[in-house]
Amino acid sequence: MKKILLSLVLVFSATLLFAQQTYPVNGSYDIKPGLYAFTNASIVVNANQTINNGTLLIKGQTIQAVGTGITVPKGYIVVDLKGKFIYPSLIDPFTSYGIVEAARTAGGGMGGGGGGGRQSIFTSTKKGAYGWNEAIRPETHVNALFTADSKKADDLRKAGFGSVNVINRDGIARGTSAAVTLSDERENSTMLNTQTAANYSFNKGTSQNDYPTSLMGSIALIRQTYYDALWYAKQKEEYNISLEEFNKQQTIPQIFEADGWQNILRADKIGKEFGKQFIIKSNGDEYQRIDAVKATGASLIIPINFVKAYEVEDSVEARSITLAQMKAWEFAPTNPGVLEKAGVKFSLTAFGLDNVKDFWTNIQSAIENGLSQKQALMAVTEIPAGMIGIADKVGTLEKGKLANFIITSDSLFKKTNIIEENWVQGKRFIVTAKKDGPVAKDSVNNALAKKPEVKKTQPNGSLIYPFSAFGTAEPLKQEAVLLKNATVWTNEKEGILQNADVLLENGKIKAVGKNLSAGSAKVIDATGKHITAGLIDEHSHIAGTGGINEGAQSSSAEVRIADIINSEDVNIYRQLAGGVTTSHILHGSANPVGGQAQLIKLRWGKLPEELKFAGSDGFIKFALGENVKQSNFGTGARFPVTRMGVEQSFVDEFTRAKEYKSAMAVKGNTVRRDLELDAIVEILDNKRFITCHSYVQSEINMLMNVADSLGFKINTFTHILEGYKMADKMKARGISASTFSDWWAYKMEVAEAIPYNGKIMHNVGITTAFNSDDAEMARRLNQEAGKAVLYGGVPEEDALKFVTLNPAKMLHVDSKVGSLKAGKDADVVVWSDNPLSIYAKAEKTFVDGIAYWDMERDVQVRKDQQAERKRLIQKMLDSKKTGGRTQRPQAMAPRLYNCESLEDYSLELTELERNHSHE
Amino acid sequence: MAGFGLSTFAQANISPAKPQDKKTIIMGAKIHVGNGTVIENGYLIFDKGKILGVGDATVAKFDLTGSTVITANGKHVYPGFIAPITNLGLTEYESVKATLDFSEIGTYNPHIRALVAYNTDSKVPATLRSNGVLMAQITPQGGVISGSSSVVQLDAWNWEDAALRKDDAQHMTWPVVPRFRGGFGGGGRMGMTSPDALKERTQAQINELDQLFTEAKAYTETDKPTVTNARLAAMKHMFDGQEKLFITVDGQKDIIAAVNFAKKHGVTPVIVGGDEAYLITAFLKDNNISVVVKQPHALPNNLDDDVNMPYKNAGILANAGVNVVLSIDGYWQQRNLPFMAGTVAAWGLDKEKALQTITLNTAKILGLDKTVGSLETGKDATFLISAGDALDMKSNTVEKAFIQGRDINLDNLHKQLDRKFSEKYNAEKK
Repeated sequence: MKKILLSLVLVFSATLLFAQQTYPVNGSYDIKPGLYAFTNASIVVNANQTINNGTLLIKGQTIQAVGTGITVPKGYIVVDLKGKFIYPSLIDPFTSYGIVEAARTAGGGMGGGGGGGRQSIFTSTKKGAYGWNEAIRPETHVNALFTADSKKADDLRKAGFGSVNVINRDGIARGTSAAVTLSDERENSTMLNTQTAANYSFNKGTSQNDYPTSLMGSIALIRQTYYDALWYAKQKEEYNISLEEFNKQQTIPQIFEADGWQNILRADKIGKEFGKQFIIKSNGDEYQRIDAVKATGASLIIPINFVKAYEVEDSVEARSITLAQMKAWEFAPTNPGVLEKAGVKFSLTAFGLDNVKDFWTNIQSAIENGLSQKQALMAVTEIPAGMIGIADKVGTLEKGKLANFIITSDSLFKKTNIIEENWVQGKRFIVTAKKDGPVAKDSVNNALAKKPEVKKTQPNGSLIYPFSAFGTAEPLKQEAVLLKNATVWTNEKEGILQNADVLLENGKIKAVGKNLSAGSAKVIDATGKHITAGLIDEHSHIAGTGGINEGAQSSSAEVRIADIINSEDVNIYRQLAGGVTTSHILHGSANPVGGQAQLIKLRWGKLPEELKFAGSDGFIKFALGENVKQSNFGTGARFPVTRMGVEQSFVDEFTRAKEYKSAMAVKGNTVRRDLELDAIVEILDNKRFITCHSYVQSEINMLMNVADSLGFKINTFTHILEGYKMADKMKARGISASTFSDWWAYKMEVAEAIPYNGKIMHNVGITTAFNSDDAEMARRLNQEAGKAVLYGGVPEEDALKFVTLNPAKMLHVDSKVGSLKAGKDADVVVWSDNPLSIYAKAEKTFVDGIAYWDMERDVQVRKDQQAERKRLIQKMLDSKKTGGRTQRPQAMAPRLYNCESLEDYSLELTELERNHSHE
Repeated sequence: MAGFGLSTFAQANISPAKPQDKKTIIMGAKIHVGNGTVIENGYLIFDKGKILGVGDATVAKFDLTGSTVITANGKHVYPGFIAPITNLGLTEYESVKATLDFSEIGTYNPHIRALVAYNTDSKVPATLRSNGVLMAQITPQGGVISGSSSVVQLDAWNWEDAALRKDDAQHMTWPVVPRFRGGFGGGGRMGMTSPDALKERTQAQINELDQLFTEAKAYTETDKPTVTNARLAAMKHMFDGQEKLFITVDGQKDIIAAVNFAKKHGVTPVIVGGDEAYLITAFLKDNNISVVVKQPHALPNNLDDDVNMPYKNAGILANAGVNVVLSIDGYWQQRNLPFMAGTVAAWGLDKEKALQTITLNTAKILGLDKTVGSLETGKDATFLISAGDALDMKSNTVEKAFIQGRDINLDNLHKQLDRKFSEKYNAEKK
């Protein structure tokens, strides 16, 4: 005990480098002058300027002078650094250093992702005048939460860091971060900037609110918060600390944690909507789409926690590693270099490393893979200093700045270099003791020095688009093609033509008919083949990410599938192989008013924005029945739980929307913008169209009556399995039907679902389609259409329209797709057989005249893929032999969504992070 | 309107057919025998529920007196399709707990018998028959050993009468390391348990199973066990061969482990699922293992797999000489069974061989190939007549079906509702 006391006293007296004016001292003051002169060093002032044989003078925590020929005044302790280097100490712009991270309780969600038996939580559980949603917590200020952590500070100093930005990584609007030095002084002395940035993410963190459960919900909440804050600034009726703080933070830098290049694009897009340019912390996969990332103009904060090689000795286990995972391993270290070459401004962060000791190993690896030393230095000094508003204090070695520097044995990026000392605010921390002194155990430098030489990783593979199996290195080309001598299902008044041709040119159908002249087009003999328009799926949930249900509230009209399109989903390719060219990506059916839909074309390899069907009308998903009343999931605490309540959900929503619309007309901009009601007003104005998930006749009838009485139109009933009982009433209102061919009995509300449903509705005169709601069945929509022949004898020509022209009509795109007619988009499928037959295979699928699916090419693609896997496996084996670190492969079942999928995005992100740190 | 009222009242109440009372001859049909052969213009004679003869109608001569003659020129005759491994009749609505009778609690349930819960009054079987599915293996699920299945024909007053073969097989799910759920770029729910820990857990389950089999064998070898154990006793017929052992397992290594496990205990198993069986065809052939390919209409297992792999899987196995049987998940879905065979035919297997995967091959693994599965003299007259190719939804048109010679009613709930509402709209038109 005595010993401990003694050492504490020593430490205490040693720390009084500069006075904390307000603190009393027990005993005599012991303030040291702190005058040092470092001489004969190579001083790297900044990435562009090195002073050879220079002198650095410091007084207390400040640099007094840097240069050559400086006379050292009396009273200075002279440190001769002949042969050594002085660098500005490193700055990490993204840490949670000194913040106790709150444990994530099994968070909100619909019971699916959330904890069992917990209550539904609609509004904040936080007491006080805060906002409604706990995930919006701009009132959080790190300067008040921060407590120095001597262990972590020590680790960071050993890696050369002198100051860091501290972020409370909890919530969607996370409040302000603060920059501190890594000195072991009291927090009062180490604070560099109390408000470096306002912070954001897509992850609701520890928020108890159910909303949002999905990525698109997070995005909608951010958008609404911006509008609420704008409104708040101009009103006097409400006091709201969260919005007030949000507004105050708009003038400082804005940092968004958004992992993955697609999330960079998403975050940037929101920023641009509100005139903000986020600094984005990403996850290091920017090389996959560097052009798109660059186009955002955002500065980035990039981790260097490169993927470890997988253990691939067991060839069976290795099968569970995807090509994308293997290629990501090979490409990850190139990322910083790729960003540099593209001219993207970025900082590096040690965030995400298993151990901060790996920082230098990985920087070396990045340098070997194309990152320049100069850029590397800037990315850990000046750039982060600028990003977080501390460039006036740290980042370079200049007079007046803080004495934050490291002394190294050699040039910083040499592998043999050793960081000997790290001075923070003029205080010396010995990192690696000199030979005569005690050896600092466990130092990063020792680890570095002992590390076996890892073989230089030079990627041999090529980038593929998308970065997934079946991606291609070169974009697929649009060609002029003449498909010759086939059975052509025109879906036009010409009907089915025998021995006819289809000419595709410039992404459009140029001509359909007999004996067409090829001109310069490539001729493909299609004798014996059938040609149809590309299939259109009215109800799909592929190509989305972060959950497709935002069901925490009975209306989520504000969420948009457009925000979460995922261009890398392999199901796009798989469905092209089934002849699908256009898919309507819908919100799920967890609540009566779901989110806004997005129509896409299956342009495999393009960016998410490029998948969108240009100029198509906006739709919104509604839902009725068992799902919205949460018969089979959830807490049963969210209104409605009966079909009676479902009616009132709609009545209330539309009534409010009408009032909102009139208020807008009268008061204009002073009305609080409500994105949920905006979408409903669009419906009332015939600018947005409803596709409503529906099953039994009572509810179908109900919604039609609600629509009549409130003056809106229903465009489509989707699923509509008892449509055959309501066909006359639907027909009278001009409502379309998109149903399943033969599903039934999977729940109570489909007890009387019959496979003749499509036929009956069709015969009554309703525009009828078959949809999938299922990534598997969507690959066989043509066969589902074939079932309209089986059940009820729908003529073949009409049956094919169930999956082509009819969905095009109900999606309002029949002027562009859905039939083979000159001038329409060249979305065309070549089938081996009658397309309604089980024996038919899609041999070629064109979208905009590009053969995204070609059965012959697919054979070659798979061969190449096998060769590439083989090469990468060998490379991983070699890497392991030379000491590269590895991880065990983990087999993954791909994530698929259907209407009822309930996911908790933030829980997934949390687990992903934990999982990653377990590797 | 009277007819309309009657059909409403009689919704899906369809009586089983009366026993065959007259010799019947089908003439002029294309007969798909089920063993690979096709008779272009064939005849089929059956009486008292059994087939008396099948052959070429252009050369055969018959005395037609006292017989019913069905002219089926240009039509197709197939053996009744058999749906293996289904919870048909054990459930009515998937989301309604009160109707779920297929998954008992407990890990080892060899004493559980599916047959006794099979509901012949379910509205589902009639919707399968009209597509040609005339028999099914009613199978329990859940746990590691789920219990015994039984084979039934789909036109009966009660389960006892429906049974073609009681307790034909025990059903087991091989313990495997669970796959991770794909996340947003990786990771997933099981991320907190290390792969090694998961492997260990799986091995412990296999060891426990090994212990159970060892104990069961010893138990069933004595006539007078010291204590009565229903579980162990129920495993007796697995060891004496009266009951088969079906093991659900997909991974190639897991399949090999499961087969070796069963062989060690003196049992030749049937592999169910077998997603990766196509990678080890030689092993399966050498060990005489039949594979029930589950759900050809499925997505590939791995992101990098051939997008059409699930369609090709069965064909690769069958062409390599493995006895392949097709199945589909679920109960109402079974009406699509013929189209699974059609899919397999589209993707590489000879059409008649594809037919075998839902007829004779199935009969073999159910121990019923002496009585059903093909149209051969002496076997049950269980077959269907379709106007077109019954493996293709475009042309599957089952006009008549016979189960053990009985001319069954092909009506069902769906046809009745179709008539009810079509009549309503037709009446409105007039």
